[in-house]
Amino acid sequence: MINTLKILKHQGNQFIKDVTKVVLQEPFHGRPVISNVKVDEFELINLCPVGAIKTQPIQIDLGKCTFCSECAIKFPDKIKFTADYKISTNDPLSLIIKEGVDKTIELNPGLIRQEISSFFHDSLKLRQVSAAGDNSAELELNAAGNVNFDIGRFGIEFVASPRHADGIVITGPISENMAMPLQICYDAVPDPKIIILCGVDAISGGIFSDSPALNRKFLDKYKVDLYVPGNPPHPLTFINGVLDLIKKRK
Amino acid sequence: MMMRKYITIQNNETIDFRTIPSLEYKEFLETNILFLKDVNNHCVNYFGFPYAGKLKLVCCIANDSKARIKLTCADINIGTNDVYPSLSAHNLALNIFERELSENFGIKYSDHPWLKPVRYPVDRFDKSSQISNYPFYQIESEELHEVGVGPIHAGIIEPGHFRFICKGEQILHLEIQLGYQHRGIEKLFLEKNKLLQRVILAESIAGDTTVGHASAFANIWESLCGFEPDEELRFVRTIALELERIAIHTGDLSAICGDVAYQLGSSVFSRLRTPVINFFQAWCGNRLAKGLIRPIVNNYIFTSELRKLLLKILDEYEPDFNEMIKKLFHNPGCLVRFEKTGVVSYGQALKIGAVGMTAKASGLNRDIRLSHPSDLYKNFVHQPVIKHHGDVFSRTQIRREEILQSIAYIRSILEKIPPHQNRKEISPKPRENAFTISLVEGWRGEICHCAVTNELGELINYKVKDPSFHNWLALALAVRRNGISDFPICNKSFNLSYCGFDL
Repeated sequence: MINTLKILKHQGNQFIKDVTKVVLQEPFHGRPVISNVKVDEFELINLCPVGAIKTQPIQIDLGKCTFCSECAIKFPDKIKFTADYKISTNDPLSLIIKEGVDKTIELNPGLIRQEISSFFHDSLKLRQVSAAGDNSAELELNAAGNVNFDIGRFGIEFVASPRHADGIVITGPISENMAMPLQICYDAVPDPKIIILCGVDAISGGIFSDSPALNRKFLDKYKVDLYVPGNPPHPLTFINGVLDLIKKRK
Repeated sequence: MMMRKYITIQNNETIDFRTIPSLEYKEFLETNILFLKDVNNHCVNYFGFPYAGKLKLVCCIANDSKARIKLTCADINIGTNDVYPSLSAHNLALNIFERELSENFGIKYSDHPWLKPVRYPVDRFDKSSQISNYPFYQIESEELHEVGVGPIHAGIIEPGHFRFICKGEQILHLEIQLGYQHRGIEKLFLEKNKLLQRVILAESIAGDTTVGHASAFANIWESLCGFEPDEELRFVRTIALELERIAIHTGDLSAICGDVAYQLGSSVFSRLRTPVINFFQAWCGNRLAKGLIRPIVNNYIFTSELRKLLLKILDEYEPDFNEMIKKLFHNPGCLVRFEKTGVVSYGQALKIGAVGMTAKASGLNRDIRLSHPSDLYKNFVHQPVIKHHGDVFSRTQIRREEILQSIAYIRSILEKIPPHQNRKEISPKPRENAFTISLVEGWRGEICHCAVTNELGELINYKVKDPSFHNWLALALAVRRNGISDFPICNKSFNLSYCGFDL
């Protein structure tokens, strides 16, 4: 008993008091900023391993970006990854970062369905489906629930059964072999329900996007409520995105 | 003069692929079975790929006492009705490799003991074989019942299906069906021809073993190109491998505590992992070290400030960790759940070819850091942590001792930081008609990558093997005669990878 108390005392306070105000330090790779400096555009586009960079104007699609930061290493005057981790959004257009624009990424309130904020504001139960995820985004989602980040304090929780859930969080590029289980799981969630895509693999397929072993037809059928970019996304990216979705962030 | 039947190489050595003698299948089988009679030898990879109109079989048998790897080859016809005797009939450790060969290329075996699908790849030989109708082993009895679990599990983990046959609470048999994680990753290694794409693929083989798989790829690529990694690259990979080991082992201890409902242990270990992975973030910007390991270059200089930070993190970690683990190992409520649960005997581990932690918990000394060292492991004599009971407790103890060992290794490596080499952009090309094998001891165990190039130096085959490939069978055996309620703790004590299986 004494030893248990000692352990408790030695831990101190581990939780992050305000998860919406944490400042991460570089070299964390968060929201990129693209300057107006002129560079060899062909070389820049060719460098990107996943075709996330396009021109006119030069832009990076965070839904495709694996955050390898090779572009920033090779073109440090042109591209810089800031430590801004608040990059979740419900609008795919907000995922596209254009040159010369240094603006925070936010959710588009007009796209949030009325029932999401009214039903889920104080309690949101989620079912996680790993559809060929590589276990990195899964590890970070688990971390979101640990004593440091403690997502449970907001009434947000991962549950074991889709029957108990208000929505699903998909990780991984969605393999052909997981397509049916994913559909069955989604169908088992009662209405109204939300879909969150967590990580670059889920949003665009990432490095696997042109693999014939994927089947992403599920995503053609339903509206996605939240995109959480990253490879894997930082727990704070996920938490802040979800808080915005249920209008909990002050 | 007798023709040489095989060729021997070392870890990370590149040879001309054509110098590996091609044997008749019968001789190939007999040679490899003979090799495997020696307990120092074990099969690290066995695969096939289309080559010059035939199917080229390559078997890699590592000799763990001499740090050598024996390579043999055979050419067989594809798409014929030929039936082959299996190697698995003589050595069960090869069963999964032959299942894979049969699934991919339609090889028929006359005496394979368990010829079932492995992962239902998109380009499998028999398209009528569907993941929804996997041929599960069944027992007809009114006293027995089946329990199906997955592919989607209760926690936030990867998908896989477990089918139990139980008598009351007790598990008689478990069959594990995988393939949900199949992403066609091996083919992508050939199709994506930029080096950066390939290393990102390697990092994504298993996101919990980013450093392990990326190091295996980096070592293989450098060897193919004839580039000798300098002290800095070796330093970065060794430090990162040991940090990854500490981080994942700590997380596993948290999950093990969680599975026996020991909340204090679960919370403390989970928060102890945080500063370790945050160090990766301070070093390379990513908590799971994605982006850190690159062939030929090091983009993230290990500065003296980082050294100071890491030492501080370890100094703070150690006392808290020791205090908690001591408490855990004195908690009768936890020990009763750990001891004699999920036992894999030495004989079983040997028979199925277990590697890594799973093997070491059952008294089987398999650790690449000792047997086929690369990177900085060559500079010191690694003493693998060996336990003998093969139960959940042994696998938990291994984690404790390996964490403390890794901390000691990191402290000793940190005494001297090699200077940063500001290497100019060099992008050497891989050798033509080359074969390379790379073995790395990840936290889970032995990772093996093999690459083959053609006459233009382009990759024509890339083979990935995660330690889980050997070890899933160990889990299936471990849970027999255990209560089904102990399945989660057994599963967690192995913590095998599903996506490391996709390949």
